Amino acid sequence: MRFAGRTVGWSAGLVAVLCAVVTTSAGIGPVWIPPGIVGKVLLNAVVVPTGISVSGPAVDVTTAHVFSYAVSDLQTQIVMQVRLPRILLGAVVGFSLAAAGTIMQGIFRNPMADPSIIGVSSGAAVGAVGFIVAPVVIPFGLGLRGAAFVGALVAAFGVYLIATRNGRTPVATLLLAGVAIQTFLGAVVSFLLLHSGESIRRALFWLMGHLKGASWPEVTSSVVLVAVPFVVLLAYARDLNVMLLGEEDAQSLGIEVERTKRVLLALSAVITAAGVAVAGIVGFVGLIVPHVMRLLVGPDHRILLPTAALAGASFLVATDTLARSGSAEVPVGIVTAVLGAPFFLYLLRKREVHEL
Amino acid sequence: MSEQPAADDTNPRENRSGPMLDVSGLAVSFGDQSVVSGVDFSVDRGSLVGLVGPNGAGKTTVLRAVKGTLDPAAGTVYVDGEPIRNESAKAVSRLVASTPQGTNLSFDFSVKQTVEMGRTPHLGRFDRMGEADRRAVERAMERASVARFADRPFTSLSGGERQRVLLARALAQETPILLLDEPTASLDINHAVRTLELVRALVGDGKTAVAAIHDLNLAARYCDELVLLAGGGVRAAGRPVDVLTSDTLRDAFNAETLVTTQPGTDAPLVTPLPERDSVDRRVHVVGTGKPAAAAVSTLVGAGCRVSVGVVPSGDTAAERAADLDCERVTVPAFAGIDDAARQHAVDLAAAADAVVRAGEIGDGNSPVVEAGGACIAVETDESAYTSTAHDTVPLTALPAAVASLPPVPEQDATPSLNQSTTD
Repeated sequence: MRFAGRTVGWSAGLVAVLCAVVTTSAGIGPVWIPPGIVGKVLLNAVVVPTGISVSGPAVDVTTAHVFSYAVSDLQTQIVMQVRLPRILLGAVVGFSLAAAGTIMQGIFRNPMADPSIIGVSSGAAVGAVGFIVAPVVIPFGLGLRGAAFVGALVAAFGVYLIATRNGRTPVATLLLAGVAIQTFLGAVVSFLLLHSGESIRRALFWLMGHLKGASWPEVTSSVVLVAVPFVVLLAYARDLNVMLLGEEDAQSLGIEVERTKRVLLALSAVITAAGVAVAGIVGFVGLIVPHVMRLLVGPDHRILLPTAALAGASFLVATDTLARSGSAEVPVGIVTAVLGAPFFLYLLRKREVHEL
Repeated sequence: MSEQPAADDTNPRENRSGPMLDVSGLAVSFGDQSVVSGVDFSVDRGSLVGLVGPNGAGKTTVLRAVKGTLDPAAGTVYVDGEPIRNESAKAVSRLVASTPQGTNLSFDFSVKQTVEMGRTPHLGRFDRMGEADRRAVERAMERASVARFADRPFTSLSGGERQRVLLARALAQETPILLLDEPTASLDINHAVRTLELVRALVGDGKTAVAAIHDLNLAARYCDELVLLAGGGVRAAGRPVDVLTSDTLRDAFNAETLVTTQPGTDAPLVTPLPERDSVDRRVHVVGTGKPAAAAVSTLVGAGCRVSVGVVPSGDTAAERAADLDCERVTVPAFAGIDDAARQHAVDLAAAADAVVRAGEIGDGNSPVVEAGGACIAVETDESAYTSTAHDTVPLTALPAAVASLPPVPEQDATPSLNQSTTD
């Protein structure tokens, strides 16, 4: 009970932090909107269902607004249509990268692992840059995001297949296969960039990671793509703890190690791909946030996974706010790296890095 | 005391008879490389069996096959009569708990969290630890004496403490079978003995245990039976005194050993001997007490055929000679040397390449010393005894001194080296 309380307490605290960061961030921009007004705008948007009417195949849900504060239309417009989609997308991406990073560090038993370690980011890069350089028609209007998402999953699955023999996937092999595939795909991206002509700027901007031009449908689809796997991952948190003892020990404690690894890798690949597909390559979130949260709450994944994900959401929203509030917008990937790398080096010097 | 914890280990299968663990025709190979094959042994419930053998003999491999973490190429492991081959990891982990050779936790779990992981086999995916689980964890920590540092990080513990935490984790699993892989490796003798005493106590409470143990003497002292693995198979199995003999050890380890008895127990004591050219001489030792016993051990270790006498039966030297299967001429203590015994000893001395005198010898043995051709005395603390008539060497130089003597040609009339005593 004490343990569950700790998880709920930390999670609630971090949700509060996230709300504060989102509210503040929504006020920051060319037009400054005080947090009080932003709060009112957000509350005005809250709806509750009041009734359901079924007429033939259509289901109509009537909703009612709970609050109706007096706020100017322009402010509502700026917050709801311009800033909030981007902010929420940033939150989802930060959430997904930090969650996937936590899982990867657990599977690899290595605090230096990050979500892209099995080639997800490189695969997404090939998909995205390939699409930018030579657009192809992708059904369902998925376009760039779709190409990146598919590229990410194909790369991750390829790495997994290469590293698997006789139904076993040793993490050391997985790590090395991931490095090799990342290098290979990096070369492909370089080659594509060389022949990208006019579109090189767009391609580079994507590669640096940014949240520009986010829209509500993107927010919705990525929330779904991240939320479902995340819930399953939470159910695996205890297994992941036991996996930290080493695979041999985990097996003798009743964990089906290979199957568990497969599930965890697949889910975190989907989560990472969902994040990378909409935001490009945003570094360091998936590496640093889990690391810092581990220092704060300890290594137990039942508390570490939700708290790291929530902290990742706040972190990316905050850094993206910095990225867009300068005179010229900077890709958020640059901001996370500029802030993250020195902090990471500080940790590296300060704390003993346990074996690879 | 013995009933209570055993009751906690109750398993639906436990009421059967027959061995708790039965390994039959086990073969394991990594790729084309066969590690072990044809491994058969069984472990009775409530006993401790030690797996011994040289490095790379497959002790850990056999343990891994028993706990189901590797698939054998052939053979079956039966736990309480049921093959575990097709059981899920979870089912096996409720029957067999194990402590690894060492664990490198890279993340800082506390001792209690580590022990709690031992409950994993009993928890469903969405279960929380219940009252029974918490009690099992408490009990396991109590038993392995790690309760007092329950909240310390595992990584802050010493090697011995870590070993006990891992043992506590295995106890929290509440399985009928416990596997220990080198539970005493990297432990000092105090911790090694304490760990094995604990295992012994657990076995006394009804657990069945198999331990891979490097140290032959610890294994001999604490295990009910030993299984000697070497060259990819079982070389010997049975009571320690039957398994640990110079011959089987020479076979298994390719090393010369001296096997005597551990003081205070009847467990064999194995002393490895340095590898060197065997001294092919026949030596007769005259003397009593520890110096003579040491001379006998040293000479046997060096490869000499040794006879002893006349010594009072019950003397240290007589016992050592008996331990090492040397011919000896004994007479009852305080009875004086009778002519038959003296003559026997004189014959042995005459046939030997050298006579070695060590420690106190009575006047009655003078003819025996005289009968030998060359005579070497071993230096003792009471060196006043040393006579200029003989070469006197320290014990360590004894084999070399013997080797430097010319061998006496074998005569047909030499008394046989059969076991013969005159008392």
